[in-house]
Amino acid sequence: MTDTIVQIQALTKIFEGKQRVTALDGIDLEVRQGEIFGLLGPNGAGKTTTIGICTTRTLPSSGNVKIAGIDVVGHPAQARRLIGVVPQFNTLDRSLTIFENLYFHCRYFGFSHSLSKTRSEELLEQFLLAERAKAYPAQLSGGLAQRVQIARAIAHRPTVLFLDEPSAGLDPQSRIAMWTAVQGLRKEGITVVLTTHYMEEADELSDRVAVVDHGKLLALGTPQALKDTYGAQTVIHLKLRNLGGSEAVAEEMRQLPGVQNAELTGEGLRVFAANVDGLLPAIIQTSARLGLRDISITEPSLETVFIHLTGRDLRE
Amino acid sequence: MSNLTQSTGRTQIQKPQFFRAFYGLFLRDLRVLSRELAPFVLRVGMQPLLFLFVFTFIMPRMSGGNPMAAGAGPAFGTVLLPGLMAVAIMFSGIAGVALPLSTEFGITREIDDRVMCPVPVWAVALEKVCFSAVQSIISALIVIPMAILIPAKPVYPDFHNWALLILVLVMSSLLAGAMGLAIGSTVNPKQIGLVFSIVVVPITFLGCVYYPWSGLSKIHWLQIAVLFNPIVYISEGLRAAVTPSVEHMPIWAILLALTIFLVVLGRFGVRGFLKRVIS
Repeated sequence: MTDTIVQIQALTKIFEGKQRVTALDGIDLEVRQGEIFGLLGPNGAGKTTTIGICTTRTLPSSGNVKIAGIDVVGHPAQARRLIGVVPQFNTLDRSLTIFENLYFHCRYFGFSHSLSKTRSEELLEQFLLAERAKAYPAQLSGGLAQRVQIARAIAHRPTVLFLDEPSAGLDPQSRIAMWTAVQGLRKEGITVVLTTHYMEEADELSDRVAVVDHGKLLALGTPQALKDTYGAQTVIHLKLRNLGGSEAVAEEMRQLPGVQNAELTGEGLRVFAANVDGLLPAIIQTSARLGLRDISITEPSLETVFIHLTGRDLRE
Repeated sequence: MSNLTQSTGRTQIQKPQFFRAFYGLFLRDLRVLSRELAPFVLRVGMQPLLFLFVFTFIMPRMSGGNPMAAGAGPAFGTVLLPGLMAVAIMFSGIAGVALPLSTEFGITREIDDRVMCPVPVWAVALEKVCFSAVQSIISALIVIPMAILIPAKPVYPDFHNWALLILVLVMSSLLAGAMGLAIGSTVNPKQIGLVFSIVVVPITFLGCVYYPWSGLSKIHWLQIAVLFNPIVYISEGLRAAVTPSVEHMPIWAILLALTIFLVVLGRFGVRGFLKRVIS
């Protein structure tokens, strides 16, 4: 037995119609037990289609997806017991209160009346929603509705939770609250798969990230590994009092182990390094001769990796 | 927990799981309906109430000079009772399935959580039809006391064949729900109002509601054309079960036609539903 929860093999999806659209063009992925997995890509990359197939809402053209060993096309009803879904849009039942949204979700999954009641109350507490139990979805802000959706999605204790663009349309406070909620799920042992095009979100939340575009997998790894592999560098800006002789210093910098390049700027030097660990003292020492007056460091970001992999073209 | 124990455990509890989920969906609809009980009764009761009042209370009291009054004579109540029950069943089916579906499929996609139930998707559609059938039966039964109380000359239904009444009521109500499902899942939510005017109203008016089918014998082309209208069999079936003294189609033909329409519309509706939720 492996600890793979979601196994995606050679997945393709072609939407037939007036315009034939290849949404997925052979994706292979494995999501491990307990990890937070980010699916990163521009609009139209195939993220939502991938989630749609994993959650039994979209049928693949070929390939297969297994959730804890269960084929989602062959046994969708069984697979649904193992998955929770937070869709891109607010799909809360408008005819029911917040409490009832949770309560009936439990009933759909076969919980008894008392068990459903206890579980719903527990979730209202956990997601700080107890005060709004009797409110209707239409009365909630986007951030609150999103929390209710997450609570509802995990109510039946799924093994894996899929979040499709969880922070789209949320204000920064709600986004941070949502992140905290997602990180909290890890403690409960729930595996999380989320799609996003916010680099910051993928970087902050995910243990591993897959970058997809045009229905293909472009890169896969931990955020750090992706940054290392795809040439994302730490940039160290040095401001110097005395610019005379800075070219000699730049040349000296280039010789330092770990430094990939150093160039002159109007105010001093810009040093590109793969890793700053242990490098900083040497840089400071070398540049001190020219009167170092300021130093600032820009950490590598997934954004650079993302643009490197997917290009700068605008998407629909 | 290993995959093996998970899957064996699953096959053991699969059956109760199905019924429990179905029951959960049913409870949800019951909860929503319970909040709107008064509007529900008003919605299903208003039309038969006014119809009986105008045609069987006011008209017979008018002077003989009114040409309408002759048509709506004292026996009209007896013809009208099963017809109005058929209309009540029909409208409940549409209002109970097609209208909610058009919002749930619309911009809010509220149906999503129910579609994600651990049951096959067709079961979610089936639950909608069954729940609407319950509403249809209640609506049809509400008409009976009105027909006894309102007309100038009371109409007493003749319940001699209970088995037939129950069978026709249940089949008709399921048929109305299936029709609601077919409409709700194939029609663009924006056009649901239009469908009422161009489909629901005509099939009701031409559904042998206000006259028995045999009454059309002099307009032969119409008598044949309305055979494609499912409402005709609901009206005629109730006529056979509730007011057997009025001439009606043979029972075997009614039951056969109800079965055929139920299967065809049910299949069509479930297919439309699946198309809407699975891409």
